[in-house]
Amino acid sequence: MAEMWINMGPQHPMTHGLWNLRIKVDGETVVDAEPEIGYLHRGYEKIMEVREFQKNVVLTDRLCYVSSITWSHCYCLACEAVMDVEPPPRAEYLRVITNELQRLASHLMWLAAYGPDLGLLTALLWALRERELFLDLLQLITGARMNQNFPRIGGVRNDAPHDFDKYCRKVIAHFRKKLGEHEKLFEQSKLFQMRTLGVGSISRKDAIDWGVTGPNLRACGAAIDLRKLDPYDAYPEIDFEPAVEHDGDSYSRYKVRVEEMKTSCSIIEQALAKMPDGPYRVKPPRRAEGEAFRRTEDSRGEALFYVIGDGDDRPYRVKIRSPVFSNIFAAPLMLRGNKVADVVAIMGSIDVCVGEMDK
Amino acid sequence: MAGEGEILARLKEKFGAEAFQDLRIVRERVVRIAVDRTRLSALCAFLKETLDMEHLSSITAVDWRDHYESVYHLTSWTRNVMVQINAWIPHEDPRIDSVTPLWSGADAHEREAYDLMGIVYDGHPNLTRVLLPRDFEYHPLRKDFPQETDRQYVSRRKIGGGG
Repeated sequence: MAEMWINMGPQHPMTHGLWNLRIKVDGETVVDAEPEIGYLHRGYEKIMEVREFQKNVVLTDRLCYVSSITWSHCYCLACEAVMDVEPPPRAEYLRVITNELQRLASHLMWLAAYGPDLGLLTALLWALRERELFLDLLQLITGARMNQNFPRIGGVRNDAPHDFDKYCRKVIAHFRKKLGEHEKLFEQSKLFQMRTLGVGSISRKDAIDWGVTGPNLRACGAAIDLRKLDPYDAYPEIDFEPAVEHDGDSYSRYKVRVEEMKTSCSIIEQALAKMPDGPYRVKPPRRAEGEAFRRTEDSRGEALFYVIGDGDDRPYRVKIRSPVFSNIFAAPLMLRGNKVADVVAIMGSIDVCVGEMDK
Repeated sequence: MAGEGEILARLKEKFGAEAFQDLRIVRERVVRIAVDRTRLSALCAFLKETLDMEHLSSITAVDWRDHYESVYHLTSWTRNVMVQINAWIPHEDPRIDSVTPLWSGADAHEREAYDLMGIVYDGHPNLTRVLLPRDFEYHPLRKDFPQETDRQYVSRRKIGGGG
């Protein structure tokens, strides 16, 4: 049968946003694929050049609307490196806590999106129900459910409210119980296993060659977690092991994220116990000269900000490295040889966020 | 301090100190290199093959008004060291060798740098726009591409309009 190209997108339930996946099919088999992106390009890097360093924090929040804090946090780290500012210890712990809360919310959002991709509508309701608890915690500390605008260059915006740690512990204890139910719901479902086990595999070597990072890389057996390898903030003082799976298929990617949620819970508990008292913010200089980059383990992989200052109060150049941008161009490797019906299951397991991918 | 010190020594031994405009350890685990564009291919091949820089984080293009720079952030997961290469590109001839033969992941990053800054990566298999529409005529991250304002939210008091 003749091969032909099909557009899956830009409007397709699989995309979870706005982008286009062109796939070349031979009958029901995917022979080749090609992502077409840019539908959500807002020119972030250019806009940031006319705004003061501090004002860009609110922009970076909107890079990924399900994982705002991790992005503005990475930007603040890079700016601090350029300005030579050291945040106070309490701020570092508050950042770790909010980052992990955000990671939990982000992974739960992914779970809520992945379930319906495979026909498990219960997963959508359950995961969003659990996510609500973490959004409430984030609201308690930052005042907003999404786009929190919380990290600041030199610390965080405000201190944790009274009894914040009590609520955190309560939510985590409740969530641990519920997560067990989620695991049963997914892993004992024959349908879920059939659609993910052995589907969309990528080897560790290919994944590294194509610049795949984050949970997608850890699903290929590589224990690569920047919180361990290039630690920032209070992570060196916290004891945890990154979750690793070895098969590199959709099921491993699911498993890594579930394990990571458990890790995040334990990180939050440790950080709450160790958090020192003291100031939560220092005043950064207004102007900056020099260049620096910082990278963090975002919910989706390696986030990198490369900031150049030329002595003005606005950055001369900001580069945003989005993990999804790299991951999505590695997707054809996972898709080739699979059936058209599996494309949705594979793309869902990569966790695409169009906001950060298109910048 | 072991990893980055060794990388520094190996690079000096292989290429000689005069080959680099800049070669130093910026902080723990990070080495910064500045070279001319002609030396980029050999340097990258050496870093990839001999010094295990298996991961390409990103490629950034910077417009310095009198010249361009193509900046590479490389990581070795095994050695846990990062290398930043700033390659010097003259303004009148914005071309540089592609590193796609070494890292497949460079494909998308070079397309992005070409799209937004107009730097041509020689040897790239498919150098087309990636974020902007195919028929877009400009490279918007260049400094001569104007924005509506060069500073957002200027109050009337600051620009002398009173109020």
